[in-house]
Amino acid sequence: MRKILFAAASVTVLAACGGAGDGSEGNATGNQSSVSSSTGEAQDVTVEVGDDFALRLQTALIEATPGSTITLPAGTFAMTDGLTLDVDGVTLRGASQSETILDFKNQMGSGEGLLVTSDDVTLTNFTVRDSKGDGIKSKGADRITYSDVKVEWLGEPSEENGAYGIYPVESTDVLIERTHVRGASDAGIYVGQSSNIIVRDNLAEFNVAGIEIENSSNALVNGNVVRNNAGGILVFDLPDLPVMGGNSTLIRNNLIEDNNTRNFAPPGNIVASVPSGTGVIIMANDRVMVRDNNFANNQTAHVLITAYSQAFSDADYNPLPRNIEVRNNTYGESGYNPQGDLGEIASLVGGNLPPIIWDGVTSWGGNDETDVNIFIDEPASVGFVNLGLGSYPIDVSAASPSMDRPDGESIGNMPTVTLAHAE
Amino acid sequence: MRVALAACLGLLLSACGQQQVPAGPDMETILAAGPAETLADYGLFADASARQPSAGVVPYDLINPLFSDHASKHRLVYVPEGEAAAYRGGEEVLDFPVGTVLIKTFAFAPDMRTPAEGERYRETRLLIHKADGWAAYPYVWNEGETEARYAPAGAWLDLAYTDPSGTPVEIDYRVPNQNQCKTCHQLGDAIAPIGPKGRNLSHEGPLGVDQIDDWTARGMLTGAPVSFDVVADVHDASLPLDARARAYLDINCAHCHRAEGSASNSGLWLGWEVDEPVKLGVGKHPTAAGRGSGSGTVVIEPGLPDASIMVYRMDSSEAGVAMPELGRALIDDEGVELVRAWISEMDVAG
Repeated sequence: MRKILFAAASVTVLAACGGAGDGSEGNATGNQSSVSSSTGEAQDVTVEVGDDFALRLQTALIEATPGSTITLPAGTFAMTDGLTLDVDGVTLRGASQSETILDFKNQMGSGEGLLVTSDDVTLTNFTVRDSKGDGIKSKGADRITYSDVKVEWLGEPSEENGAYGIYPVESTDVLIERTHVRGASDAGIYVGQSSNIIVRDNLAEFNVAGIEIENSSNALVNGNVVRNNAGGILVFDLPDLPVMGGNSTLIRNNLIEDNNTRNFAPPGNIVASVPSGTGVIIMANDRVMVRDNNFANNQTAHVLITAYSQAFSDADYNPLPRNIEVRNNTYGESGYNPQGDLGEIASLVGGNLPPIIWDGVTSWGGNDETDVNIFIDEPASVGFVNLGLGSYPIDVSAASPSMDRPDGESIGNMPTVTLAHAE
Repeated sequence: MRVALAACLGLLLSACGQQQVPAGPDMETILAAGPAETLADYGLFADASARQPSAGVVPYDLINPLFSDHASKHRLVYVPEGEAAAYRGGEEVLDFPVGTVLIKTFAFAPDMRTPAEGERYRETRLLIHKADGWAAYPYVWNEGETEARYAPAGAWLDLAYTDPSGTPVEIDYRVPNQNQCKTCHQLGDAIAPIGPKGRNLSHEGPLGVDQIDDWTARGMLTGAPVSFDVVADVHDASLPLDARARAYLDINCAHCHRAEGSASNSGLWLGWEVDEPVKLGVGKHPTAAGRGSGSGTVVIEPGLPDASIMVYRMDSSEAGVAMPELGRALIDDEGVELVRAWISEMDVAG
C-alpha cells in the first residue's frame, strides 16, 4: 500500500476531534451527577499515619467509592508527586488546617499539589504546603466546596512559588469559604472560566493577587479579608480563551487593606501588570458592583477600572469594562505612592492619586465610542479620576485626566448567586 | 527456561481454580468492572514475562511516539476474535470494538544506544475498551520480571542508564497513577487512546509489514482506504521543518492541549489540524503558566525561540515548569531543538 507522504500541516483544516460521534467514547470517568445512587454503599476510609502515606493516600483517592469520606489524620506528610481525585461525591477531610499538612516541598512531578476532576467534591480541614505548581486545582469539577483549607508557600513571597493557591476552572457551582491562601505568585484564590461562584469569609495574603475572578460569570465575593497582596481582588476577562465574556460579579463586605507587597509575578502573566498597592481591579468585564467594602492603606489606588491593556486579535473579545458600579465603600488612605504605569500618570495629576481610578477607555479597534456606563455612587468627598485615555490601545501620553465623574446610572440589584449544592 | 517454568506454573495454578492463568485472552477478565491484580490474569501473553503474545495479540508501533525518558515501548493490540476496528479517517484514533486491549510495556536497557541488550521491563499500561468506555490501568514489574502487579497509585523507580546520545542519566522515573493516565487520555468526560490513529500507524511496524495492510488482512481492521496521508516522521530530517515540528507537538502535546483535553482552559491548542496562529501560541499570552512562563511573555515569539514560553517549558525538567507536566523526568533534547528551529524560522511578521 503506497501512501501520499504527508499533508501540509499549516493548511489542513479538518474537523477537530470532536467528542460527539466518537464511537469509542463511554462514560468511563463515571461523571454522573448523582452521588449516592451508584451501586454499592459509600465506603468511608481513614488513611492512617505510617509508612508510604502518600502512596496509601493516592490509592484511597483512586479506590474511593462515590459519596464516601476519606479522613486524613493529624500530622505533616511528605508528598513526592501531585495527588489526584477523580471520583464523584468524595469528601477529603483532615483534622484541621493547622494539624493536617500535606507538604509538597519535595514534589518531583505534576503541575499542582492536588487535582480534582470529579463532581460534588468537598475539600476541608487540611493544608497544602509548598507545591511546585498550583496548590489545589479543580477542573470541570461542578458543585465543589473548598472549606477551611489552607494553601501556603512558606517564607517570603517569591517568584519561585506556585501560581494559584485555590484554582477551580471550567466549573459550575463553586464554593470557597473560610480558606487561607498565602504566597501564590499569581492569585491566591483564582476562579477561571466558571459560573455560579461564591467566595466568602476567606483570608488571602501575601499573594500577587488575593482573589481573582477571571472569564467567569455570576460570582459573589463577600466577607473576605484581603491584605498584604500586590493587588487585592481582581475581576478580569481575557481574550483567546474558550470561555470569555466575564460578567456579573458582586464584591461586597470585604476588608481590603495593606495590599502593598511588591508584585512578584513572573513577567509573562497578566497579573504581572498589577500595580502593587491596588485594592480592586476590574478589567474588561460586564456588570460588576463594588459595594460596602472597607478599603484601607493601598498605596496606588483602592479601585481601578481599566480596559485590557495588551494586544489581541480575538474578534469575539470586548476589552472594555462596562456597567460598573462603585458605592457605599469606606476609604482609608491610598494613592500616596502609586506604582507602575499609574506612577507615571500620577505626575500628571499632582503626584498622588485618588482612591477610584478609571482609565476612560471607551472604544477599541477603530470602533465608535460606546457608552460603558461607569457609575461612581460615592459622596463627593471620595476622590475620583478619569484618565481620559479614550481609545484602546492604551497610550499613556494620550492621558487627559479629569476629576469629573462619568454620567453613569445604577446597574440595579445584582442577581443572587444560588449554588446547587450549598446555601 | 523461564518460559517453560512459567508454563508449568500456569498449569499448576489452573488446577487451584482461583489464580489460574488463562490460555489466551480472557474476555471475562478483560471486560470485568475493575482491573485484574496481575497482568498475567488477562491471558494476553503465553509466558509470565510477557515476551510471548497470545494468539491474536499483535505487536505494533507508531510513526511518532510520545517522548517518555527514552524508554523502549513495546506496543501490542488485542481485538476480540470476530471483531474489527473501523478506520474513520487518518486524523482519528481507530474505532476499536469493546473488548479491545492496547498494551504498552515500558522497558529500559543499561545502554539505550543498544536498547535490546539487557533490556528490563519496568511497567505495562493497559487501555481496555470496556462496555461503558475505555479504562486505563498501570502495572509495575517485579525485579525478576516474573510478574507485573496492578499499581493504581503508580510508582517511583530509580533508574540509571546511558541515554541514546551516550550520556549517563539517573532519574526518578514516574509510573503514572491511574488518574494521571486519564489526565493525558481525557476526551471530554471520557478517556480514549491517543496514538493509534490511521496516519500514525501506516508504516512498516515491528512485524516488518505495513500495519494497516496487516491489520486489514488479519480481519482486525475494516474500512481503511488504499491510500491516505500519513504523519511526517519527526526524526526524518529530509522532511520540512514545519511538518516535523507540528507532528511533534501533535503527539507530545495535543492530547491535553485541545478543546476536549486536560489543558482546554489554556486556549492553547496544539493538534495537527489547528490552523489559527494564536491558538498555536503565536503571540499568545499565557493563561495560567505561573513561573512556567520564565521570563517570556508569549507562548511563541516568531524568530525568537529563547523568548518563547513553549521552548522554556519543554527545556525544563522541573515540576511546575516542565511541559508535558506528566510522563517525563528528562528533557527531550531533540524535541527542543526541533521546536526551537521551527520557531527560529518563523516569519517574524507573523
